[in-house]
Amino acid sequence: MRKFWAKIVSFGVMAILLLPAMAAAAGPKAAPLAIVADTRKFTGWEAWWTNLYNESHFYFTLITVVTIPLVGLFFGVLADIIMNWIGLDLKSRELAEH
Amino acid sequence: MEFFYVLMPIAGVKIFWPGLVILGVGVGIIGGFFGMGGAWMVTPGLNILGFPMAFAIGTDIAHMAGKSLISTMRHGKFGNVDYKLGIVMLVGTVVGFEIGAQMVMWLERLGTVELYVRLLYIVLLSFITWMVFTDVAKRKRKEREAVAAGKEIDKLATGIEWSKTLHKIKIPPMMHFKEAQVYCSVWLPIFVSFLTGWLAGILGIGGGLIRMPSLIYFVGCPTHVAVGTDLFEVMISGLYGTATYTYKGRTELMAALIMLCGAAVGAQVGTVATKYIKGYGIRIAFGLAVIGCAISIILKLIPRWVPAIKGFCDVAATVFILGLVSAMSIYIFVRMLAGARREIAAKKAKARLPVTG
Repeated sequence: MRKFWAKIVSFGVMAILLLPAMAAAAGPKAAPLAIVADTRKFTGWEAWWTNLYNESHFYFTLITVVTIPLVGLFFGVLADIIMNWIGLDLKSRELAEH
Repeated sequence: MEFFYVLMPIAGVKIFWPGLVILGVGVGIIGGFFGMGGAWMVTPGLNILGFPMAFAIGTDIAHMAGKSLISTMRHGKFGNVDYKLGIVMLVGTVVGFEIGAQMVMWLERLGTVELYVRLLYIVLLSFITWMVFTDVAKRKRKEREAVAAGKEIDKLATGIEWSKTLHKIKIPPMMHFKEAQVYCSVWLPIFVSFLTGWLAGILGIGGGLIRMPSLIYFVGCPTHVAVGTDLFEVMISGLYGTATYTYKGRTELMAALIMLCGAAVGAQVGTVATKYIKGYGIRIAFGLAVIGCAISIILKLIPRWVPAIKGFCDVAATVFILGLVSAMSIYIFVRMLAGARREIAAKKAKARLPVTG
């Protein structure tokens, strides 16, 4: 059983690593353009952000991939607090089809 | 009016940000309720707001990842996510997706792939619609028969029971999926996810629209668990989709975050609404959403044969999809509000009861 689970986990990891290429392969083909952000229009954090985009797509990706789940998590926890305060039971539900 | 427009740092265009929030709310509600990403609804909306198409897919996937995370968290607390099933299915989804994507590239080299892909999409959506409404009709017939016999039908009883037949195939290893209340060969969810992944790869879609009904009718999950488990898969694929599109420079994070503000609220509403609506309510609404999706694709196909009305069909498809999103979101929101009111009123009534004994 342990071997089986090791295989499942290995497949899972492989799947996760391969998924981006697959998604890109299936999606509409992007035009072969080099997109450059115009940094002249911005100041402060926006200027830093556009510069980061132009300089390193790797760091730009890293920050995006970390920011999205963090913001999602923040909103999720916030909603938990608000709904608990309203008085809704968020930990149980009746599983019924009709 | 300038206040309502925000300059996108990467795309370099001004966008009406309340529009992004409203779009996020609508798609969040529908996604949280049906367990799908909803890219087919977002793209026309972004188009209308004047969003550059080069960034539309990446931005949509980025907001979808965050939104699915919020919905998965909530569904997880309700016990609607079978993580073990989700991970097992991920294997089949990825392999199937890769084969489907490779097939599309092969067909592209042969020519007119787009027409066949859209026709396949229509056939598939018709099949899903037929499956959903046949199931509803069969379940109603069972209920009538039970009432006539003076019996009460089980609250988890369903119309179509293909999954029970599939569970009889006992190819080892067998596995128990606790939340899904399913004991079957591990090859069943892998095979089903392979097929749905393959179709998603061919159609160039995320696959929630196909995976959710497959979890119900072929794997045998209760509706609520199918919705939650599907969202778990959408979350994982969304995060990696975000990585790949962002690395290619095709994601506008600011737009994704603005949409996420709306989607966060919408996802909560959609997810909590599943608590107050029974499984068959979700199935019927899902069937109607699938019909809507099919009509929008038919509207996009018509100009192939009648090119003169292309402009009209494009506008009609966009208006139709946005109208459908609005109508369904309002319906789900109203049902969620009514359910929440009932729950709070019941709690207050219980608190007022005198303590006896």
